Amino acid sequence: MLAKWEDFTNGLIRENPIFRLMIGLCPALAVSASAPDALGMGLATLFVLVGSNFCISLFRRQITNELRIPIFIVVISTFVTIIDYVMAAFFLSLHRSLGVYVPLIVVNCLILGRAEAFAYHRTTLSSVLDALGMGTGFTLAILLLGCIREILGNGTLFHTPVISLQFEPIILLILPPGAFLVIGFLIAGLNALSSKGAGK
Amino acid sequence: MKQLFLIFFAAMLVNNILLIRFLGLCSFFGISQTIENSLSMGFAVMFVMTMATLVTWPLYHYLLKPFNLIYLRTLTFVLIIASLVQFVEMFMKKTAPTLYHALGIFLPLITTNCAILAATFLTIDYGYSLVQTLIYSLGVSAGYIFAITIFSSLRQKVNHAPIPRFFKGYPIAFILAGLLSLSFLGFVGMFGLQL
Repeated sequence: MLAKWEDFTNGLIRENPIFRLMIGLCPALAVSASAPDALGMGLATLFVLVGSNFCISLFRRQITNELRIPIFIVVISTFVTIIDYVMAAFFLSLHRSLGVYVPLIVVNCLILGRAEAFAYHRTTLSSVLDALGMGTGFTLAILLLGCIREILGNGTLFHTPVISLQFEPIILLILPPGAFLVIGFLIAGLNALSSKGAGK
Repeated sequence: MKQLFLIFFAAMLVNNILLIRFLGLCSFFGISQTIENSLSMGFAVMFVMTMATLVTWPLYHYLLKPFNLIYLRTLTFVLIIASLVQFVEMFMKKTAPTLYHALGIFLPLITTNCAILAATFLTIDYGYSLVQTLIYSLGVSAGYIFAITIFSSLRQKVNHAPIPRFFKGYPIAFILAGLLSLSFLGFVGMFGLQL
C-alpha cells in the first residue's frame, strides 16, 4: 500500500516534472500568462497522461519492443484528439486562448517519457497512480506559474481583481519574457530552499 | 512579394518560435552549450521543418480535407514527421555521409521537437498557400537559428561569470532567455506586425 502511495506522491514534489525534471516546459511557459489558461492546460495534460498510461500498461505484453514508440504515439495522439474536440465543444473560449498548444500536447515529453519509463514496465494500477501524481504535479506547477504571473502582471486572479488600485501591474510578466523570468527565479528559490533543508 | 516578405519577417523575429512562442525549448536549453552544436541543430531543424511542412500541407488539403478526416490531423502529422525523420536519416547516411555526421545525432532529437509539429499546424491554421507555407517555414527556422546562436554565445559568457550559487545552471539560463526574449519584443509593431 505504501509503495502505491509513493507512486502517486513521487511526481508531486520530489520528481516534479517542471521544477525538478525540466520536462514539458513548452506548454508550461507558453500558456501560463493567466491562471485559468494554466489550469485548463494542466487538466488536459493530466487527462492525456492518465489515459495513455492506462492503455499502454494494459497492453504492455502485446506491444512489441521494436514498434513501441509508434504505438505510444498513436495512443497518445488519440487521447489528445479526444481532449481537443471535447474542449472545442464545451469550453470554446479556453480552446481559443490555448490555440495550437492543445494539439501540441502530443509532443509533450512528459507524456511519452512516462509511457516509456514507467507504464511500459509496471502494472496498470501503479501506472495510473504515477500518471495521476505526475499530472497533478504538472498542473500545480503550471498553476503556480499562472497565478504568480496573473497576480503581479495583471492584478487579478481567475479574472477577479485581488490587488488594490494603487498597485501598478508589472505588465512585463504577462508578456512572453515574464514566463522565463518567473520560472528562473522560482527554480533558483527552490534550489535555495532544498539546499537549506539538506544542510540541517 | 511584399506579403511574402512580411510572412518571413513575422515568422523569424516578431513571433520567434523559441523566445516568443516557447516551442522547442527542450532542445534549446539542452543543446545550446556550444555554438557549433547550436548551429548544427539549427540547420537540422531548418531542413526537417521545410520538408515536413511541404509534405503535410498537400496531405491536409488533398487528402484529409476532401475525405472529411480532419480529426485525424494530429495523429497523421506526428506519424509523418517521425517517419520522415527516419527516412531522411537513412537517405543522408547513404548519399551524404559528411552532412550525416554533421547533423546525424541531432536528427532523432527533432522527432520530439514541438517546433516542427507546431509549424505544420500553424501553416494550416493561418490558411497559407503552398508558397506561403514554404516561406513561413524558412522564416520560422531562420528565427530558430538566429535565437539559438545568440543564446549559446551569451551562455558561454555567463558560464564564466560570478553568479549566485543558487542561480547556476538552469535558473540563470532561464533569466538570460527572458532578457533575450525582452529584446525580441522590440520587433513587435514593425511594419504593423502584432504578436
